[in-house]
Amino acid sequence: MNTTTAPLAATALPAIEASPSYWAGVRQRLLQDRVAVVCMVILALIVLGALLAPWIAPHDPAVGSVLKRLKPVGTPGHPLGTDELGRDMLTRLLFGGRTSLLMGIAPVATALLIGGTLGMVAGFLGGRVNAVIMRSVDVVFAFPSVLLAVAIAGALGAGIGNTLLALTIVLIPPLVRVTESATTQVRAIEFIDAARASGAGNAVIMRAHVLSNVIGPVLVYATSLLSVSIIMAAGLSFIGLGAKPPTAEWGLMLNTLRNALYSQPLVAALPGVLIFAVSLCFNLLADGLRNAMEVQ
Amino acid sequence: MAHANDYMVDVAGLRKQFQVRPERWGAKPRVVHAVSEISFKLRPGVTMGIVGESGCGKSTVARLLMGLVEADGGDVRLAGQRLGYEPAQLKAVRRKVQMVFQDSFASLNPRMTVEASLMFGPVVHGVPRAEARRNAHELLARVGLEPARFAGRYPHEVSGGQRQRVNIARALALRPEVVIFDEAVSALDKSVEIQVLNLLQDLKTEFGLTYLFISHDLNVVQYISDQVLVMYLGKIVEIGPVQAVYEHPAHPYTRALLASMPSMDPRHRTLVPPIVGDPPSPIDPPSGCRFRTRCPHAATPCAEAEPMLVQTPVDGSHQAACHMLNAAPGSWQPLVPAHTTPGAMA
Repeated sequence: MNTTTAPLAATALPAIEASPSYWAGVRQRLLQDRVAVVCMVILALIVLGALLAPWIAPHDPAVGSVLKRLKPVGTPGHPLGTDELGRDMLTRLLFGGRTSLLMGIAPVATALLIGGTLGMVAGFLGGRVNAVIMRSVDVVFAFPSVLLAVAIAGALGAGIGNTLLALTIVLIPPLVRVTESATTQVRAIEFIDAARASGAGNAVIMRAHVLSNVIGPVLVYATSLLSVSIIMAAGLSFIGLGAKPPTAEWGLMLNTLRNALYSQPLVAALPGVLIFAVSLCFNLLADGLRNAMEVQ
Repeated sequence: MAHANDYMVDVAGLRKQFQVRPERWGAKPRVVHAVSEISFKLRPGVTMGIVGESGCGKSTVARLLMGLVEADGGDVRLAGQRLGYEPAQLKAVRRKVQMVFQDSFASLNPRMTVEASLMFGPVVHGVPRAEARRNAHELLARVGLEPARFAGRYPHEVSGGQRQRVNIARALALRPEVVIFDEAVSALDKSVEIQVLNLLQDLKTEFGLTYLFISHDLNVVQYISDQVLVMYLGKIVEIGPVQAVYEHPAHPYTRALLASMPSMDPRHRTLVPPIVGDPPSPIDPPSGCRFRTRCPHAATPCAEAEPMLVQTPVDGSHQAACHMLNAAPGSWQPLVPAHTTPGAMA
């Protein structure tokens, strides 16, 4: 035993037995969760389809034919039928995914960055800084989030950029709150005192000790917000505050197809089915992620 | 200058009060007197035990010395460095003093490997990563943990005793001169506890350390300490060499504490609890002597003035803060049987 440990002070370090890290464990448990895996596969297919739309879509999303209006699902050449202007539904759903997913995911990512940072600073520093940040957040909380998004998007005018901005503003407060409460809990644990006693400053402690311990729950919450964000983005487009007409976008398609609900119900429902599927998958994935993280 | 270096730890008039949020709106905020006028000095290489009931301010003293909470008054010098609260001053002092906490699990970041935890402090202080890693492995070996097996593990993968060894190694990683142990062995099994205590003794000589050992376990304090400081409600009631205090306790509180020490000898069983009830609230400590509400010897002067620390009348070997020290001469019989001499635990 001693012969193996003695020379290490002098020369190179021997290989150490590395334990699997926490995140490796989470990934492993997530991959054993059947529901989560199915959700990930569905989401991957939809995202892949959206990303590759220009290359795999059979038609031009903007060009239609009046002669081929509202063809049913299964029409030769148009596997998912055509819309009210005779444009290929499959093509438009693939291209619509680009807009809809962007409008759903980008605001959450931005809000996670901004809200997460604010929440961590508020939770870690406490006192006045906390009071200022959290009370400002409370002001935004006073409005129902959907109403606020409609108000902001309405004030700024329709358009994808403005919708992104409106959704980001709406999503920041809940992320600040969740991060703040997670940080407040972590801050009270002794290893933070121990880090302080090592001579580390606030910035270093937050980066090295707090972030790694709060990122888990915050990520779970952000994943569940993705489904909310997708639905809100589609909703804004549906009422005419998001993407503008020639653009393919699921919420907007749902709106323009609603007159065809009686003549071609299946075609009219397709964008809604996708919105539902993506939203549900993100929600179930968040649940799976939470379960995978709970085991210590 | 030479005088300042005589003492490794020099604490003078240390004070800390905590504001308690009032129960009602508009009520006067109440004040907890956690630590009141604590003064003591330690020469290099000495181990000072700090004992007292829970809530007496032992841990607050530790946190004050580490600069984890800011003192309201008093002067602290550690290894010749004056404790200040500017970031640079704090960083300088924290190279000299380190602390080991009671909860071995909570005091390690669950997302960091043992190695990363040991490297964190030195890297913050500018030690290159490769050197910090090498030091971490050396220290692990030194505290009895095989580096190849333990460096890559996470805190939840090692046992309580091993974790506390990791914490000890972490405290030593910055090459401090003073180490504070805040109930550091209290949560360990007795068999593991004695191993860790012996390790601490070895490390002390090897690294030339000065220890502050906070514990509620009087046996452990007697085993490891040279000096002992007895606290009651934020004040020192008795202080001096551990043998003198344990053999001739002068303060009624110290006597009661020592009498409540469990004995291995069936002939010395404690049948009547020497002290009853809980300490009074530190929010409104009793006037005069803080112990008078539970003291069997309390008299009129005890309520009027706070007693000062004076030499004990029996042998003058140590100091106690009690008005009745001279009032009842001849009554100072040692309450502790002589068989509990230092080293009895070994």
